[in-house]
Amino acid sequence: MTSPATFTQAHISYAAVVPMLVIFGAALVGVLVEAFLPRAQRYLVQLGVTLIGLVASFLTLVLIARNNRGVTAASAVVIDAPALMLQGTVLVLSFFAVLLMAERFDTKYPDAFTQSGASVPGSPTETNAVRLGATTTEVFPLTLFSVGGMMLFVASGDLLIMFIALEVLSLPLYILTGLARRRRLLSQEASLKYFLLGAFSSAFFLFGSALVYGATKTIQFGALADAVASTNGRDDILIPGVFLIAVGLLFKVGAVPFQSWTPDVYQGAPTPVTGFMATTVKVAAFGAMLRLFYVALDGLQWNWQPVLAVIAVLTMIVGSVFAVTQTDIKRLLAYSSISHAGFLLIGVVALNKTGLSGTMFYLVAYGFTTIAAFGIVALVRSSGSEATHLSQWAGLGRTSPVLAATFSFLMLGFAGIPLTSGFTAKFALFSSAVGHGATWLVVVAVLMSAVTAFVYVRIIVLMYFSEPTGDTQVVMPSPLTGIAVTAGALMTLVLGVAPAPLLNLAQHSALFMR
Amino acid sequence: MHDATGVASVGWLMIALPLLGAAVLLLGGKALDKAGPYLAVLLSWAAFVIGLLIVLQLRGRGAEERAMHLHLYSWIPAGSLNLDAGLLIDQLSTTFVLLITFVGSLIMVYSLGYMEHDPDKRRFFAYLNLFVASMLLLVLADSYVLLFVGWEGVGLASYLLIGFWNWNPAYATAANKAFFLNRVGDMGMLLAMFIMFWAWGKLDFAGVNAAVAGTGKGTLLAIGLCLLVAACGKSAQFPLQSWLGDAMAGPTPVSALIHAATMVTAGVYLIVRSNVIFTASENARLAVCIVGAITLAAGAIIGCAKDDMKKALAASTMSQIGYMVLAAGLGPVGYAFAIFHLVTHGFFKAGMFLGAGSVMHGMNDQVDMRRFGGLSTVMKITWVTFGLGFLAIIGFPGLSGFWSKDKIIESAFIGEGWKPWVFGLTALLAAGVTAFYMSRLFFMTFMGKRRWTEDVHPHESPLTMTIPMMILAVGSAFLGLILGPTNIITDWLEPVVGAHEEGHPVIGQYPLMAITVVLMIIGVAIAWKMYWRDDVPITPPVGSPLTQAARRDLGQDDLNEAVFARPGLHLTRSLVFFDNKVVDGGGNGMAAGIGGSSARLKKMQNGYVRSYSLTMLLGVVAILGAWWVVQ
Repeated sequence: MTSPATFTQAHISYAAVVPMLVIFGAALVGVLVEAFLPRAQRYLVQLGVTLIGLVASFLTLVLIARNNRGVTAASAVVIDAPALMLQGTVLVLSFFAVLLMAERFDTKYPDAFTQSGASVPGSPTETNAVRLGATTTEVFPLTLFSVGGMMLFVASGDLLIMFIALEVLSLPLYILTGLARRRRLLSQEASLKYFLLGAFSSAFFLFGSALVYGATKTIQFGALADAVASTNGRDDILIPGVFLIAVGLLFKVGAVPFQSWTPDVYQGAPTPVTGFMATTVKVAAFGAMLRLFYVALDGLQWNWQPVLAVIAVLTMIVGSVFAVTQTDIKRLLAYSSISHAGFLLIGVVALNKTGLSGTMFYLVAYGFTTIAAFGIVALVRSSGSEATHLSQWAGLGRTSPVLAATFSFLMLGFAGIPLTSGFTAKFALFSSAVGHGATWLVVVAVLMSAVTAFVYVRIIVLMYFSEPTGDTQVVMPSPLTGIAVTAGALMTLVLGVAPAPLLNLAQHSALFMR
Repeated sequence: MHDATGVASVGWLMIALPLLGAAVLLLGGKALDKAGPYLAVLLSWAAFVIGLLIVLQLRGRGAEERAMHLHLYSWIPAGSLNLDAGLLIDQLSTTFVLLITFVGSLIMVYSLGYMEHDPDKRRFFAYLNLFVASMLLLVLADSYVLLFVGWEGVGLASYLLIGFWNWNPAYATAANKAFFLNRVGDMGMLLAMFIMFWAWGKLDFAGVNAAVAGTGKGTLLAIGLCLLVAACGKSAQFPLQSWLGDAMAGPTPVSALIHAATMVTAGVYLIVRSNVIFTASENARLAVCIVGAITLAAGAIIGCAKDDMKKALAASTMSQIGYMVLAAGLGPVGYAFAIFHLVTHGFFKAGMFLGAGSVMHGMNDQVDMRRFGGLSTVMKITWVTFGLGFLAIIGFPGLSGFWSKDKIIESAFIGEGWKPWVFGLTALLAAGVTAFYMSRLFFMTFMGKRRWTEDVHPHESPLTMTIPMMILAVGSAFLGLILGPTNIITDWLEPVVGAHEEGHPVIGQYPLMAITVVLMIIGVAIAWKMYWRDDVPITPPVGSPLTQAARRDLGQDDLNEAVFARPGLHLTRSLVFFDNKVVDGGGNGMAAGIGGSSARLKKMQNGYVRSYSLTMLLGVVAILGAWWVVQ
């Protein structure tokens, strides 16, 4: 143990963390924009800053950080191949999610967000804010902060940084959830619910970290791995600590029994924010989970593997079965995301290279499909607000053939039909478990895939074989949504037909540093 | 297996060319309205030429050396489990290639005449090209996954073509019905793949075939049954058969190509391609036999009662595919004969459908056979070519159907116990019924008195239509003779479907042949008396209960209604109901509406955070508790 008196300044490899710095820098610029620019100009400037920030970060990631991998900042940040791959994924998906958030249709304000987040719904304050033309352009810097948190989350090298990153990514999300323009009460309630439960789960994470520190005297993942391998007798607080940390992460991915917030929050949040959460948070949380279990807790696998396996099974079953009875498209997609979390857990349980690359590929594939799906959900409307009830989607195949065809294709992607990315992803992920003693997990996964396929095909049947209900309209999107949906659908196809380049990239990236 | 060399190494062109044609025609716009159809026909023939060259190449090699594998690209390289996209060029797939491209190209030539005045013919030919490409992918695929891609592709093409004239709501409904029942079959296919994946972690034919040995009976049975469900959906077998009759809503060339000669036989292909699995699981084969026997009997009975010429032919298709499925279910003794009958049936049934199209062409698109009669005098070419197809299907000695169907009946009688008697007798009796209903169709249309409506002036069709009919008629007549008694087809397929010992039917081969011929003559004679010698009433008689049931397709729609349609309707209705009741109907002021639903939802959800966090806590306790218990 080092003496507490000496303190060495940590060396930071700025070249390795420059993508994160760019994002946080852009977010700070956004805050300044919000403070100093007149309202009318904020929207365009904020959108510009955000998109440029995301692109610049991605470029620095590819050009600079990729060549400067390593453990840095006193082992608190690890920029290795999986971290880069996951950070890149977060950046790309965020780019398209921001395009969705920026959608204005024919008005002057981002359509999904309230003009006055701080006011009580229906109050004079709100009316006044609307009259004055207030906007909620702070969603853009908030998103950037969250993205920065996610990038740190997947690259964190010790438990403390991981916890801070967790909070940095979560806090903006709580606010974003509460900013819906329509059904504001529902949105604010979802926000509060998410915040309370999130705080609850964070407490578990922190308490778990304390127990682990108590048992091993370290929080750094590499040292933790060594300590776990040699520790004897302190299992009585080490293992519970590990499980409590896992709870904090499992909450974020929406695994059973920590999933109950998912449908409420997905439904209440503004649809573009739901798209953002459903994709990037999953990437970040699974990235962190993989790092924790693959790097730090490798030696304890006999303890956590059975528990995670049971949770995976429960998650798959609950997600798939509950999806069957949903009548709201956003809740249905929420349960679908829960079942996908269950599938993804298989890759964590597998604890091998294929599991790691398969999970990373799955996250990319699922992310693109989900972004496009939520982009489309925002377009189907009834008397000004989103028509999320499934009955309102009846007959869309006749009234809006292009939209219905695209959504059907995305649903087939979720269901994992060959020639879509969903099939490739499931194949790559499940293959990691086959023959590694977890074949029974694949059996459950395969059965549940069949159940969810029924759910998705039911939507297609509803769109094509039912009479239109009348008051449902499809809004013509601006190029912003158009680009995001097209990119999502295109990637769903490309990753189904020619997934080899990305699979190879995932395989080459499937090696953690300590 | 050898890597593809020579012509076979460009085998992918067979799929790419028609696919290119479909893309060019669909994207080309109005500029291609004139030239497009010719391009489509040309590309289809090009695929045939490549297929023919490949077969010639295969013939030049030793029997065991013929199967070739053409690696296309590495599709899903997932660590230890790789899935490659590749083509399997062997005796079975090339047999199908020749059938699909030859019959398909002929039918496209025919369509040039048949669809001449259709304003949308460019789209029609694009879909036909899409179909040919998908069907070729289906039969050439080297794995179940790639096969499934083609499987979905032909389903899509079939859906688009059944509903081609979708301005008619009944036609659009027919397309939807086909779509829906095919999805049931697809679920079977997906489940089969899932089970294979977890059992063996493999989905390519070579890998699966190698892994079958040593697998539990239960697993194999489950896979076999799922594959059977898939085959039932695509091949219109019991209990998923009801879409085929309605699918006749599509243009007649489509009925000939997709719903008679090729796509509907994909189920038979699937079973024969999976022969290693079915050979290893006797119970799965028994299920296949039962399905085949039920369908061939049901199809024959329905065929006796239909007055719509195309629907009668559709019932006959169902019944004939029932024969093929039965043969495939018999195992190694029947696989080759199933394919043999499939090929000859492809010729004579396509020929008859084209003949039916020619009749409709001359009769103002009427299909009611009670208003036909005596057409032999005015449509001589159609009469003769249709007649050859007719004689072939009833098994007239020497013609194609005689050689192929007789083999299936004979194989069905091989075995011990009750099975040969049940399956054999069903196949035998249905052959007699086939003779009856086909004679009925033929006599009502071409023979007897003229019962035409007053406004029709029947005339022979143009040469673009009759020449394909003549070629197919020649095939109907002689293909069986060329391939059957010479053992060409059985020897050709043996390396794929496996050799088998000569079985002995429970009734001797020659007595059996004699009984078949006698039954056929009885069937024709009864039809002759009822529909040629006697006058055919213009309004259908009430008929026996069996006839009535057969007219209603033996209640298959009622069954579907109860099993599939009604629950679906209820679901949709309850969704609409729920919407009206629970969520605001909209229109009553946005703010009020939003506030209202939020408040209501809020009330519904109030206090949930408490129970949510309780669930979380219980989860934590359960995890830790479980760990302590295990400790």
